[in-house]
Amino acid sequence: MANNHVPQLELYQDFIKRKKQVFIISVLVTIVIALFAVSSGSLQIPLAEIAKTIMGRGELQSQTVIMNIRLPRVTAAILVGAALAVSGAVMQCVLQNPLASASTLGVSQGAAFGAALGIIVFGGGVVQSSSAATAVAINNPYIVTLCAFVCGSFSTVVVIALSQLKRDLGPAGLILAGVALSSLFAGSSALLQYFADETKISSVVFWTFGNLGSAGWKELLILALIFFLALLYFLLNRWNYNALQSGADTAKSLGVNTRAVMIVSMGICSLTAAVAVSFVGIISFVGLIAPHIMRRFIGNDYRYLIPCSASAGALLLILADTFARLAIAPVILPIGAITSFLGAPMFLYLLFRGLQGNG
Amino acid sequence: MVKIDELTFTYNQGTSNVLEDISFDIQKGQCIAILGNNGAGKSTLIKCINRICPAQKGVVLVDGQNVYDMSRNVMAQNISYVAQDNRSLHMTVFDAILLGRKPYIKWDATAKDRQIVREIIRKMQLEDFALRNVAKLSGGEIQKVMLARALAQEPKLLLLDEPTSNLDPRNQHEVLRTVRLIAREHSISVVIVIHDLNLAIRYCDRFLFLKDSYVYSYGGLEVMTPENIEAVYEMHVHIIEVMGIPVIVPFPAEEVAVNYTVEKSKQAAAGSS
Repeated sequence: MANNHVPQLELYQDFIKRKKQVFIISVLVTIVIALFAVSSGSLQIPLAEIAKTIMGRGELQSQTVIMNIRLPRVTAAILVGAALAVSGAVMQCVLQNPLASASTLGVSQGAAFGAALGIIVFGGGVVQSSSAATAVAINNPYIVTLCAFVCGSFSTVVVIALSQLKRDLGPAGLILAGVALSSLFAGSSALLQYFADETKISSVVFWTFGNLGSAGWKELLILALIFFLALLYFLLNRWNYNALQSGADTAKSLGVNTRAVMIVSMGICSLTAAVAVSFVGIISFVGLIAPHIMRRFIGNDYRYLIPCSASAGALLLILADTFARLAIAPVILPIGAITSFLGAPMFLYLLFRGLQGNG
Repeated sequence: MVKIDELTFTYNQGTSNVLEDISFDIQKGQCIAILGNNGAGKSTLIKCINRICPAQKGVVLVDGQNVYDMSRNVMAQNISYVAQDNRSLHMTVFDAILLGRKPYIKWDATAKDRQIVREIIRKMQLEDFALRNVAKLSGGEIQKVMLARALAQEPKLLLLDEPTSNLDPRNQHEVLRTVRLIAREHSISVVIVIHDLNLAIRYCDRFLFLKDSYVYSYGGLEVMTPENIEAVYEMHVHIIEVMGIPVIVPFPAEEVAVNYTVEKSKQAAAGSS
């Protein structure tokens, strides 16, 4: 007996060590890809120059390119990817549904409708540009962002209100409510576009493509603040999320206030996702796929799944954005289309291999 | 000691009560079987005891402390619960048992928590499964893991909702034997919702019959009478003794009628020959 005793704990510690290694490796890979993304483009900037520029001693040209264009773009990819992935991981747990994400619950579609509303009805102005890459630009992004955020959050409010009013509405019921809301928002967006002129329709379409370049440092600061506060809340609740995987009744018996954890977590997830989407447009699949990729490596343990999903989401989005920028440069492909293009087959592959449990 | 006093529960205000004035007490180390028809409120009763379904009226006292006044974590340190179906838990056995330490964990599991889990794994002879996925174990192994998790909570009261419902006969006996051992060794009071009256007789000390939202009868083996069983289950039974152990042989009304007809036809055949 005593001989079995020691190796068993050692094995468990090795098992935990592997999860930590996966996290460290994914962070390192993300940093390397981020540096590559900052250095590559129409103007190739060597790593030494990037380091000098970040320390404030770079040349004016690289200073402009890095600080005004590439670094905000890569930071946006990191923050949005991480925010969507962490939200997806937590939603999948609290709704006990492996298909839960901002898009499944109607947050993204709500935001898209909000953007359409902002552009078409509230006159988030439109400017024609001569550049082929940015044929249409949004003139007054704050109205569009605000509308996208409000409508994106509206889905969550409806879903949470439904769960409060009808207490026996299970996880599947909430997902169905999200599907219904998505359909409602898609229909409303179509109606708005039907009555809008061509320029405004182009703006709406351009917004829904997603554009990581549209967020400046100020927006990124807001997103970073919300993301890190959300991450802190999620990490504080990681044991609750692990307990929830045993089912709501068992979680309650382990001391979890299941209802509060579910509602607050859902609220924070949707807020984070809605803020991210409202700044950069619709980005599908990252929130759904990043947690599932990480589950392949580290399992369902939320102590490690939350940070690992964040780094996987960041990595996926930087990769997708770098591909979008470099594939047929100087044309920048729409990031939303790229994530869907890469995400859908990856998701089908994961489905084929079998999704793990409740998320 | 655990004392349950006048526990009353209804799912929706205004409709009839699922449980009405349920009162009984349990000594340390005792196993109590909750018996009754489907829909009698057996599972609801144990969910009321640990506030999964908060009762509208009544108290649950564990060593004199009202469970309904405790914080959720303190309650979880006093009462553990094993649900009926645990087959879809995707985590390692070690992590599943470590969850039992959740009510004690502040920021992260300590060396002491892991040590307790290790001891329990050894005691429950789960060493070979420690790093296997719970969902990939057999029904009997999963129930043992769930019992181990419940034990890691170091509870004073253990609630089990039909722990043998998905198990083959050998595992049914093994799991209940383990439960009784745990109860005796750790002086834990155990409440088991169970359908099999013979398993209840073998492994439980006291028996609580629920009927029409009320406690129909509560006591030791003396309440396990054909009259009580017939009144609660609306089914005829015989109680025979095999090697000193009482065995309940059910005789549903239709079967009595069939037997009667068979006997009659046999007699008729014998008479004519």
